Amino acid sequence: MSLKYITPAERFKKYLPKDYVELVDYGPFGKTQDEAGPGNMGQFKELMEEHPMCSGCWMAYYIRLIFASLPQPEETVTLGTAGCGRLAISQAAVPFIYGNYGDQNAMASGLTRAFRLRFPDKHKDVITIAGDGGTMDIGFSMTMHSWIRGEKFTTIMLDNEVYGNTGGQESGMSPKGAILKMAPLGKKGEKMPATDLAKAAGCVYTVRMSPTNIKKAAKIIRRAIFVAREVGPTFIHAYTSCNIEYSIPTEDVFADAKEKEKTRFQFEEYMTDEAKAVIERVEAEEKAAKRAKKAEVV
Amino acid sequence: MDASQRPQLDKKKADINYILKEAPREQHFITGAQAMAEAVKRANVDMAIAYPITPQSEVMHLVGDIYAQGHIKEYYRAEEELGTMSAIAGAARAGVRLFTATSGPGLLRGLEAIVSWSGHRVPAVLGILTRVVNAPLSIQPDNIEMAYMMHCGAVMLHAENQQDTFDYTLAAFAITEKVDVYIPVAVATEGFFVTHAKGYVDMTADDICLNDFDPVAAPVPAMDNETPPARIQRDAPVQKSNFMSYLIHSVWQQEIWDSNKRAMKYIYEYLGGPIEVQNPEADVFVLGSGCAAAQCREAHRYAQEDGLSVGFVKVKAIRPFPTQEIRDALKNAKAVIVPEHNIIGWLCKEVKAAIPNGGIVVEGPRVYGGMTLPVELIMKEIHTALGLEYDLKL
Repeated sequence: MSLKYITPAERFKKYLPKDYVELVDYGPFGKTQDEAGPGNMGQFKELMEEHPMCSGCWMAYYIRLIFASLPQPEETVTLGTAGCGRLAISQAAVPFIYGNYGDQNAMASGLTRAFRLRFPDKHKDVITIAGDGGTMDIGFSMTMHSWIRGEKFTTIMLDNEVYGNTGGQESGMSPKGAILKMAPLGKKGEKMPATDLAKAAGCVYTVRMSPTNIKKAAKIIRRAIFVAREVGPTFIHAYTSCNIEYSIPTEDVFADAKEKEKTRFQFEEYMTDEAKAVIERVEAEEKAAKRAKKAEVV
Repeated sequence: MDASQRPQLDKKKADINYILKEAPREQHFITGAQAMAEAVKRANVDMAIAYPITPQSEVMHLVGDIYAQGHIKEYYRAEEELGTMSAIAGAARAGVRLFTATSGPGLLRGLEAIVSWSGHRVPAVLGILTRVVNAPLSIQPDNIEMAYMMHCGAVMLHAENQQDTFDYTLAAFAITEKVDVYIPVAVATEGFFVTHAKGYVDMTADDICLNDFDPVAAPVPAMDNETPPARIQRDAPVQKSNFMSYLIHSVWQQEIWDSNKRAMKYIYEYLGGPIEVQNPEADVFVLGSGCAAAQCREAHRYAQEDGLSVGFVKVKAIRPFPTQEIRDALKNAKAVIVPEHNIIGWLCKEVKAAIPNGGIVVEGPRVYGGMTLPVELIMKEIHTALGLEYDLKL
């Protein structure tokens, strides 16, 4: 995209909504991660307005982190489905497609292929961001088949281990034994092995994590996007607790995320050789650019 | 090889008016499935997404073949019908020309996505090769799924035969892309009776195709981050229950149905109008759409031979429904017989509601579950309406 499209003519600036002008003047578009990455995300109002999620929502934090980590927000389209997440995703200043229940990966398949037809010489990053219900239950077939077909986009699952938006029902990703609505005697089955399924279905880069470390989480998001551009489907399975349905006091949300890191969300990163080559190349390029910039300043 | 790197055929691009009305045609003896695929070939489609269901599969097999020949840029088999219809919706956001097709239960499986196409302003063409909706299980022709499709905002055309299937499908691409329409157009025809049977079709040469799709000529921008206005949240969900939610939803819904009505002028332009009328001064009319129209046409011919005062109305457009046209055509009718290929009689209900004296409508004859519609059944109703005896022999 030409950044010209979002740059207002100087003389019209005062007539434009303040939010729009801030987007252009202070937004992350066209900037590097050092200039506008997660380390600075607090300063970019346009990344997301005051979010409409519950107080202490760990998912809202992670969604901000996704937007702050995008390699090219000006060339990115996000897709989501019903659930808490879409409330925050839809108000970020990156195009968002809200489809039908759980069909985000099917829509992303069509979108990615069509983008490649229209813009063969450009990277248009496509990312699906959906909850555990949308990704692994209602959208399971569409998620799996997009991976099996080798569709080149990134799937991010916001796993809060429950249907938060509809009021706390068990999902396939809820842990065994959890007493939740629609599981009044405790969930019978095991938590679905999402990353194993992703690997078996052909994802070339998968990560399971509790995103407690901002820098590490941002690096993972970028890796997933870079690899999807060139190699194939990538998947991030991130813990984003529902502090309401699991009754986690607001002040304990971070501690809970740290705790989960030791159990169900132990860090696990898998990549194929082809994916590894892309990651090493891109990160070496980024380092070189950084060094060059430093040398320029000195 | 990426779809974008495949070599493209050297075809002459033309306006739809030239293709439909002026380009030389040659007669072929082909099936309805072939006729639909040949129309897709000439429509310069960017992307087709397929999922099998009998009797539709034949159409998407042939579309796959023409993709392999290079007439279509991208084609794949999706996971199931909802995935297919959702992928069409996703691809539409990127600004490309799209085609898919389905049948009976497949349409119902994909219906959640299909009903959102209109609201999302998806300019895609959907082939509906009709089939029984279960149960008991059957793969036979019947057009009951059209009843479910009628209320989703899409424009719907119903083809009588192989020639209609070719012409309506081509016209559908032009109608769906009009800026003042920009909602999906479905082209239905009966499975097996048309899709698997051969008929004469006058076709244009296949080295002439429709002009390229222009994603900029749209009432909503493509989400390609290139088409101004950039960064507009085209598809943000309507948040929670409040007055704004109600207002946005209701205004948008009204706009979709207005878009549907605005398609009528293009149905006149490309199909010569939404209905065909013969013998307009008659006392009794037979009225039908799709294959039933073919049987009505036959009954009308028999009646002419017998010197009976019988007229014929073929309904080409189911949505927008030609209420005024039908009212005008039937203003002096004493009885209207509406034969159908489904049990509930959706066309009959529409006609009854369209005319001020709905009591003159004869409900049926109806066949379903795969049975053909014998002309004799229609003749029996004609004779009864005229107060004549008829010795029904099937």
